[in-house]
Amino acid sequence: MREKKPALIITFPSTAAAMEAESFCLEQGLPGRIIPVPREITAGCGLAWRAPPEAEAVLKGALGAAGLAWSDARVLEV
Amino acid sequence: MIYLDNAATTLHKPPQVMDAVVRAMTAMGNAARGAHGGALEAARTVYNTRVKLARLFGCPRPDHVIFTANSTEALNIAISGLIRPGDHVITTDCEHNSVLRPLYRLEEGGAALDVVPADQLGRVAYEDLEALLRPGTRAVVCTHASNLTGNVLDIARIGEMARRRGALLIVDASQTAGALPIDMEAMGIDVLCFTGHKGLMGPQGTGGLCVRPGVEIEPWKVGGSGVHSYDRRQPREYPTRLEAGTLNGHGIAGLSAALDFLQEVGLEAIEAKERALMDRFYQAVSAMDGVTVYGDFSQARRSAIVSLNIRDYDSAAVSDELSETYGIATRPGAHCAPRMHQALGTTDRGAVRFSFSWFNTQEEVDEAIRAVGQLAEG
Repeated sequence: MREKKPALIITFPSTAAAMEAESFCLEQGLPGRIIPVPREITAGCGLAWRAPPEAEAVLKGALGAAGLAWSDARVLEV
Repeated sequence: MIYLDNAATTLHKPPQVMDAVVRAMTAMGNAARGAHGGALEAARTVYNTRVKLARLFGCPRPDHVIFTANSTEALNIAISGLIRPGDHVITTDCEHNSVLRPLYRLEEGGAALDVVPADQLGRVAYEDLEALLRPGTRAVVCTHASNLTGNVLDIARIGEMARRRGALLIVDASQTAGALPIDMEAMGIDVLCFTGHKGLMGPQGTGGLCVRPGVEIEPWKVGGSGVHSYDRRQPREYPTRLEAGTLNGHGIAGLSAALDFLQEVGLEAIEAKERALMDRFYQAVSAMDGVTVYGDFSQARRSAIVSLNIRDYDSAAVSDELSETYGIATRPGAHCAPRMHQALGTTDRGAVRFSFSWFNTQEEVDEAIRAVGQLAEG
């Protein structure tokens, strides 16, 4: 297994919302990628956006300004 | 074969649709089930198709585009998820059984159903519909265009009436999606049900419903969602709420390619060509002795359908003759539209339906005119 590192994890209410966020982030050149939701947030499946912790403000600001929904955003060792 | 049964399904698809399905079957995993490359490829394809459909239909949010296997499933989800025993609901004589049967079942369960009658040209009087609206009317469920006559209903007018009385408007766009302009917002549509394999020119097994934000449809199907696996209940968020189980990702990939084709060609060009083919056929056959054509051809905008009977012949025999002798594919019989046949007076023998698509040619239409002419001569 790869060494765990701190990462910003953003979760979404649905897969469609995750895809919408991914499409937006790629279009805007925002950092990160889609990963499976880590068990620290929920063991119940789903997709999350993983990004460097220092991108938290810019990501939350951009998603919020675009009116895109997310369920949770926090920094975890993953 | 000259294929003139496009109201049943478009047989000729843009080649990129087939290519997209084959590509999807070699590269796509299961959308919303994991985050590896194949699963994400599927999830992105599905999401991008939602975006294209939302744009095409004027649906405010892509995540309110829900995929189903066809219009019938979409209509069942919308009707059974919004109308309850004790509710009042209105429909019309123009409907397909995919609207009528779910409503009849609800009526047996205690809903009150009123049906707006159609005249002998298959037209409904909007005043009749307005008169049936009352406080407590939950919904109007109606088609955008009759699958038998091709007559178009004035959805914007119905939408305005329904909204004024606080009723929802559920529209069956099986015959018009991809062929005529649809704008949910401008037309006051709360739920738009569509199929992917007719005017949209995608694969069979694709379809869906677009839901106006704020309209809460209760799911009848629950199960795998890819999220919130430990919850006992289906997630409430659209589209997951109404999409339990694996989607037809391969078909949706084909539908996505079909939507690109539609965008490239343009809806206006498609409508104009289909209209010209239909008009050419109608003008010729309606002037023939022994040919009876059904529907209102004075409409400025209509679905590219011409249904007719020849002399007192059984429509099944005529359609078979067209197929066997002339190589022309049409649809005979009742077309799953029993009330429309009652209004037209054709329950005893049905009608032969000719329906045109973007891929038909003037030469094919002329062959069909010639064939009808010979059969009408007896």
